Amino acid sequence: MIELRGIDFAYEPGAGTPARRVLDSVDLVVEEGELVVVSGPTGVGKSTLLGIVTGLVPRFSGGRLEGDVLLDGESIVHRPPRERAHAIGYVGQDPARGFVTDTVEEELAYGMEQLGLPAETMRRRVEETLDLLGIAELRARDLRTLSGGQQQRVAIGSVLTMHPRLLVLDEPTSALDPTAAEEVLATLTRLVHDLGVSVLLAEHRLERVVPFADAMCLLPGDGRLLVGPPAELLRTSPVAPPIVELGRAAGWSPLPLSVREARRAARPLQQRLVPPVEELAPLTGPPGEGLVARGLTVSHGAKVAVREVDLVLPPGRVTALMGRNGAGKSSLLWALQGTGRRSAGSVAAAGTDPAAVPPGRRRALVGLLPQNAADLLYLETVDEELAAGDPDDAPGACRALLDRLVPGIDGEAHPRDLSEGQRLALALALVLAARPGVVLLDEPTRGLDYAAKAELARVLRALASEGHAVLVATHDVEFVAQAADDAVVMAEGEVVSSGPARRVVVESPAFAPQVTKVLGAPWLRVDEVVAALEPV
Amino acid sequence: MSVLAPPGGVEGSGAELTARRPTGGNARLPRDLHPVAWWVWAIGLAAAASGTTNPLSLLLLVGVAALVVSARRSDQPWARSFKLYLWLALAIVVVRVLFRILLGGGYAGGPVLLDLPEIPLPDAAAGIALLGPLTSQALLAGLYDGMRLATIVVCVGAANSLANPKRLLRSVPPALYEIGTALVVAVTVLPQLADSVRRVRAAQGLRAGAEGRLGLLRRSLVPVLEDALDRSLAMAAGMDARGYGRLPDQQRGARLLTGALMVAGLLGVCVGTYALLDTSAPQVLALPMLALGVLLAVAGLVSAGRRVERTRYRADRWRWPDLVVALSGVGAGALGLWVAEAQVALAHPPLDAVPSVSAAALAAAVVAVAGGLAAPPARRGALA
Repeated sequence: MIELRGIDFAYEPGAGTPARRVLDSVDLVVEEGELVVVSGPTGVGKSTLLGIVTGLVPRFSGGRLEGDVLLDGESIVHRPPRERAHAIGYVGQDPARGFVTDTVEEELAYGMEQLGLPAETMRRRVEETLDLLGIAELRARDLRTLSGGQQQRVAIGSVLTMHPRLLVLDEPTSALDPTAAEEVLATLTRLVHDLGVSVLLAEHRLERVVPFADAMCLLPGDGRLLVGPPAELLRTSPVAPPIVELGRAAGWSPLPLSVREARRAARPLQQRLVPPVEELAPLTGPPGEGLVARGLTVSHGAKVAVREVDLVLPPGRVTALMGRNGAGKSSLLWALQGTGRRSAGSVAAAGTDPAAVPPGRRRALVGLLPQNAADLLYLETVDEELAAGDPDDAPGACRALLDRLVPGIDGEAHPRDLSEGQRLALALALVLAARPGVVLLDEPTRGLDYAAKAELARVLRALASEGHAVLVATHDVEFVAQAADDAVVMAEGEVVSSGPARRVVVESPAFAPQVTKVLGAPWLRVDEVVAALEPV
Repeated sequence: MSVLAPPGGVEGSGAELTARRPTGGNARLPRDLHPVAWWVWAIGLAAAASGTTNPLSLLLLVGVAALVVSARRSDQPWARSFKLYLWLALAIVVVRVLFRILLGGGYAGGPVLLDLPEIPLPDAAAGIALLGPLTSQALLAGLYDGMRLATIVVCVGAANSLANPKRLLRSVPPALYEIGTALVVAVTVLPQLADSVRRVRAAQGLRAGAEGRLGLLRRSLVPVLEDALDRSLAMAAGMDARGYGRLPDQQRGARLLTGALMVAGLLGVCVGTYALLDTSAPQVLALPMLALGVLLAVAGLVSAGRRVERTRYRADRWRWPDLVVALSGVGAGALGLWVAEAQVALAHPPLDAVPSVSAAALAAAVVAVAGGLAAPPARRGALA
């Protein structure tokens, strides 16, 4: 139905940057009713590929595009996105940024108004779409009051009402908690199966989308595009979900893609596994260090964001903070840091209440990496940022920190030109420059690929082993399995479960990592399984 | 509901509707009134208020606005703004009276209520008196004046809480659709910008960096602007991908005609306005030219609107209650202005007597209330 033929794409050379070739004679065909996943490490051009299909690239990004895009055999490469809107629907990375109106119903109708559809048709399609996506009860709601998953579904609905034949989605689940992500993916599969809509989506978290995919495109990073059935491509892919890693390690063929398939394949494996000795690391570090919060309450007006939370962050341990979107995780982090106002309760970091001291000293007690790391950056080069972040008594400290976190970042680069992972490391170095005993991170895994997440997990483990107390809020259960010692699950501002990560994530099916789903407790990570297999 | 639904798409059950059929038929079933109707009504009230300093008439108008708002507003967020406008109105009155006390020394007439010492000012400020004896008339003059402004503010507030201002922007003629959308987007973006400023300020406190006023300004400005730019690009991309700005193929002739009509109309309006304001210009150019210009511009808008292929989802319909509401506003405004012209003593009561209200002023209030209550009740439970 849609076909890319011999696409070449390169960014023009800028001042000081050479021309960058992103796509090199790429061919791709998406058939009617197919769900195609685009994957690859960060920054290889997944969004560029999607943009070429929708027409947003090169119009909104710059760069040189050669080759042809065909819709049913007709070339549309010179048509602007608005002239493709009736056939190709696009949902961007952050749906909230693409909203034009202010209520759900108006947002669903907006695209149809542009197409000039008759009023009765619009009314009918809005009602159909509300039901199809299960958002009928939200019809009059203000878009800004919706949760992340609801926003994503409204964004999908707002392009669906135009009855496009191809849906293009850029990381539709990256900001969502596991349950909301499942809802969105279930919706997409339903569209593919029932309505015959084709879907082209880019996603980092392959574990979520691969079971639903008909075909997969892999961008290895050298400008090529490999297309094939997921099970084949994943055999050698540099990015692979844990289930595939497990399959590779166990030598399963064909490679299982869903938990169900893997469970069936894993039966013989179960007998070869020696359960590891239950590791219960004793609490280390002198008492009085780390962070202790008692009865912490945060309320925004009538809404209680955090309700009487008791939390202990011992030094030397990484604690994961999980919970659905809007469960109060960010409010809790800001209140622990002392910048966010708390309505009741006490916080003590190294014996001092961080809220009671000026921001300079607060930084030295508790460091916080906010959700949007770019909010911390304001200068033109990495070197300037690092110099500005240095403490007065130790010039060069930031650079040393950054080199330890992620070595080899060019000092002359503009912070906005760094990859997601590098920018995160830069912001983390700036936060750590004050040498806080407690480090809090708010959703750092968003937009990171598997390699960057493994890197971040290593950084967090290293911080913990140096005696920092680390708390990381995340939706990513696989990351929790890799990085965390303890886990705390929040719901409606209250702690619903807490304890060692191994116990907490296994207790709840929504938060269980894939390896646990396949092999059962106590297995969390592929490397554990591999280690247990070796003696055989 | 059924008013806006296509035939057959009625949500409520038919039996229920016939059982509790409102007087006036389907047009008075609960729905959102056309926003233009509410704004015309409110502007009429404001016009009536602007023509009088009679405190009783003004209180009557505030009462009318409050009554209609409480009876006809919806449960949407903007509808709750009326209380804010009432507080603003109170603040205006208080500030006005305080200024009278501060600067109104030497206002003629009436018993002295409070004998404050007058603060002598240098000659340069001749004619301005600071403090000085406060007379009852000075106080009343301040109060009446403040009340007039406050009433106008309350009227605008009533319009704001009765009709979503964004829906008003969406009611612009099709040819001005692009401008309307730009305004809607601007209104939406403002709270986001405030949000972004708050977030960045908090984040900058988490790192060391430039100190001092300039440094702090840069630290908060750069990330906020970057964020705003990112946001606008994302939004522009989103709007483009959803068909915003699609143009149907159109004839060159039609385009030229539209352009010519618009330019000629604008020229006519400019010349007419100039002639109207400059008394030495030939008067034949004034009103006729202005009228001709407006006519041409309207023709241009109609011609431009005809080529637009866009449609509107659940457009606000203009039915008889909408007309009644708008006309009652116009009527109340006309009556109020007539009182201001014909009954000067009643419209601007002397400061040494108890003010009284004429039948015409009462009639204006009655017309406004009757018109306002003729509107159908607002849709409720939309948020459930």
